[in-house]
Amino acid sequence: MSAPITEPTKVDGAGVPPQRNARKAPPRPGDKRTEGMALNVFSHGFLALWAVLIILPLLWLVLSSFKTDAQIGGSALGWPSNWQFDVFTRAWNKGIGDYFANTLIVLVFSVPLTMLLGAMAAYVLARYEFPGNRLVYYFFVGGAMFPVFLALVPLFFMVKRLDMLNTYQGLILVYVAYSLPFTVFFMHAFFRTLPTAVFEAAVLDGASHTRAFFQVMLPMAKPGLLSVGIFNVLGQWNQYILPSVLMQPQTSSDPERYVLTQGLIQLQQQQGYATDLPVLFAGVTIAMIPMLIVYLSFQRQVQAGLTSATLK
Amino acid sequence: MRKGQYRFVAGFLLAPLALYLIFVIWPYLQTIGYSFTDWKGQSQTFSFVGLDNYKALFQDDVFLEAIWHNILFLVFIPVITILLALFFAFMVNAGGRGGAGGVQGVAGSRFYKIVYFFPQVLSLAIVAVLFGALYRSDSGGLLNGLLIKLGLVDGNNPIEWMNEPNLVLWCLMAVVVWHGVGFYLVLFSAAMQSIPRDIYEAALLDGASRTHTFFRVTLPLLWDTVQTAWVYLGIIAMDMFVLVSTTTQGTGYGGGPDHHSEVMANVMMRNFLYFGKSGYACAMGVVMLLLTLILSVVTLRATRRERIEF
Repeated sequence: MSAPITEPTKVDGAGVPPQRNARKAPPRPGDKRTEGMALNVFSHGFLALWAVLIILPLLWLVLSSFKTDAQIGGSALGWPSNWQFDVFTRAWNKGIGDYFANTLIVLVFSVPLTMLLGAMAAYVLARYEFPGNRLVYYFFVGGAMFPVFLALVPLFFMVKRLDMLNTYQGLILVYVAYSLPFTVFFMHAFFRTLPTAVFEAAVLDGASHTRAFFQVMLPMAKPGLLSVGIFNVLGQWNQYILPSVLMQPQTSSDPERYVLTQGLIQLQQQQGYATDLPVLFAGVTIAMIPMLIVYLSFQRQVQAGLTSATLK
Repeated sequence: MRKGQYRFVAGFLLAPLALYLIFVIWPYLQTIGYSFTDWKGQSQTFSFVGLDNYKALFQDDVFLEAIWHNILFLVFIPVITILLALFFAFMVNAGGRGGAGGVQGVAGSRFYKIVYFFPQVLSLAIVAVLFGALYRSDSGGLLNGLLIKLGLVDGNNPIEWMNEPNLVLWCLMAVVVWHGVGFYLVLFSAAMQSIPRDIYEAALLDGASRTHTFFRVTLPLLWDTVQTAWVYLGIIAMDMFVLVSTTTQGTGYGGGPDHHSEVMANVMMRNFLYFGKSGYACAMGVVMLLLTLILSVVTLRATRRERIEF
C-alpha cells in the first residue's frame, strides 16, 4: 500500500515516520498545554462540586430513613443509628405499596396504548395522501404547545360526565390523549425516514395495508418507538397534575386509587401532623429505586430519548 | 383499491382522533367558552357575563402578584439554567487536557453526565419531598444543618428558607435549576459533539484560547439548541404548579408565606377546586395560554439568528 503522493519528509531519528513523531515537547509557560492543565483542574473542581450537590441531598434523604424521628428533628448531620429495614415495610404498608400498584396498573395499559394509537396516527399521516392530511397533523401537533392547566376545569367535568373520575380507565384514556401530540409528532418524523421499498415489496406480496403496518413498518420503527416509549413512561410515571385532579375519591365509599406521585405528596402532608418522618423518607427511597434501576440500565437510551425528543 | 385505502386511513385515525378530541381539544375550547360565564362548577346553570371575569382578574391582587412571580421565574430560570448547563457542557466536552489531538473531554465525563442527568428522571413529587426536607427551618434541614456546622448561621436562629418572604422565590428557583441543569447539559453536549472536531482544531491552531473558541465557535453553532432550551425552560417557568403547591405553605395549593410565592397555576387551581369558581378559573387559564403563546413567539423571534450549516 504505497501512496502515490507522499509528503516530502526529512528522516528524523531512527526512521520513524515523522507524522507519528509528534514529539511531546516539555511544556513551556503560556503554552497551550499548561492552559489545558489549568483548565482541567478548574473544570474538574466545578464538575465535582455540582456532582456533590446532586448526590449529597439524595444520599442524605436515603440515610434519613434510617434515623429515628428524634434524630431527624435534631441535627441534619447526625449519622443514622436505627439500621433497620422495618421502616420500609412500614412505608410500603402505609400506602406506598398500593400507590405503586396503581401506577403500574395505569402505565401497563396507558403506555402501550399511547404507542399503538400514536404510531397508527403518525403512520397514516406520514405515509398516505388524503385530503385534510396536513390539517389533522397540525391539529395533533398544536396540542403539544398548550399547558395542561388550560384544559383542567372542563376536563374534570368531562371525565365526571363519563363516570370515570377516580377510575383506572379514566386516567388511562386521559394519559393516552395527552401523550398523543408528542408521540404523533415524533413518530411522524420517524416514519418519514423509513425506506418505501420494503413496504412496496410487502404490498406486492399481497399484504394488506394493515398487515404491512403491523408486520413490516412497525418492526422497522423500533428505535423510534423505544425513544418515545421511554419518554412516555417517564412522563406518565411522573405525572402529578392530572391524577391529583382526576383521581380523588368521589364518595366516602369510593376507595383511594392514588398513583405514586400523588401518594408521596399525600404522605408528606400527613407527616406534618403524624410525625413519622422516617416513613416518608423510606417511601421516597422506595419510589426512587425503580427509576434509578431503569435509568442506570438504559441510561444511554434515556438520555438520547429525552434529549432527541426535545430537539425534533 | 383507492377506496380500500381511504377506509384504512379512516380506520387508523378514528380512535386516536376521537380520544384526542374528547379529552384534549374539546376541554380547551370549553375553557375559552366558560371563561365568559359565571359558572360555579357544581350546578349546571350559568349565565353569560361577558368580560367580567377578565375585568375581575386584573383587579385580583393575588393573581397579579402571581403573574409577576411567573415573570421573575421566566427571567431567571432560563438564564441561570442555560448558563450553568453550557458551562458544564463545555467543561465536560472540551475541558480536558489538550493532547496532540487538540480538544478533549475531561476524564470521567460519562460519570458526570450520568450523575447530572439523574434528577431529571425523578418525579417532581420526589423532588418536592426532598427539598421540603432540605429547606427545613430548623437544624434538622440539611441546609441549616450544614450552615450551623460551618458556623455561618446561629443554631438558635436558623434560616426559615421557605417561610422567608424574600427567600422563597429563590429557593424555588434553586430547585428548578438543580432539577434541570443535567438535562440541558446532555442536550448541549450532544449538540457540541455534532460540531466537527476540525473546526476546534483550526481555531486552536490559529491561536485561539479555549474561552475564545467557546464564544466564537461553540456558542454560535449551538444557538439553535439554546433557543429550544429557552422555550422549554420558559414553559417550565410558566408552570411551577407542583413545586409551589407542595413545598410552600398556605391553604389550598400553597403560595405562602402571605402570597409571596403564588404562581398563576396554583391561584387558578385554588379558585377552581377550593373556591369552586370554575368560570373565573377558566379565564385565568386563557390568560396563561395567551402569555405562553406570546412567550414562545417572542423567544423564537428575539433569539433568531442566521442559521449556520455545518
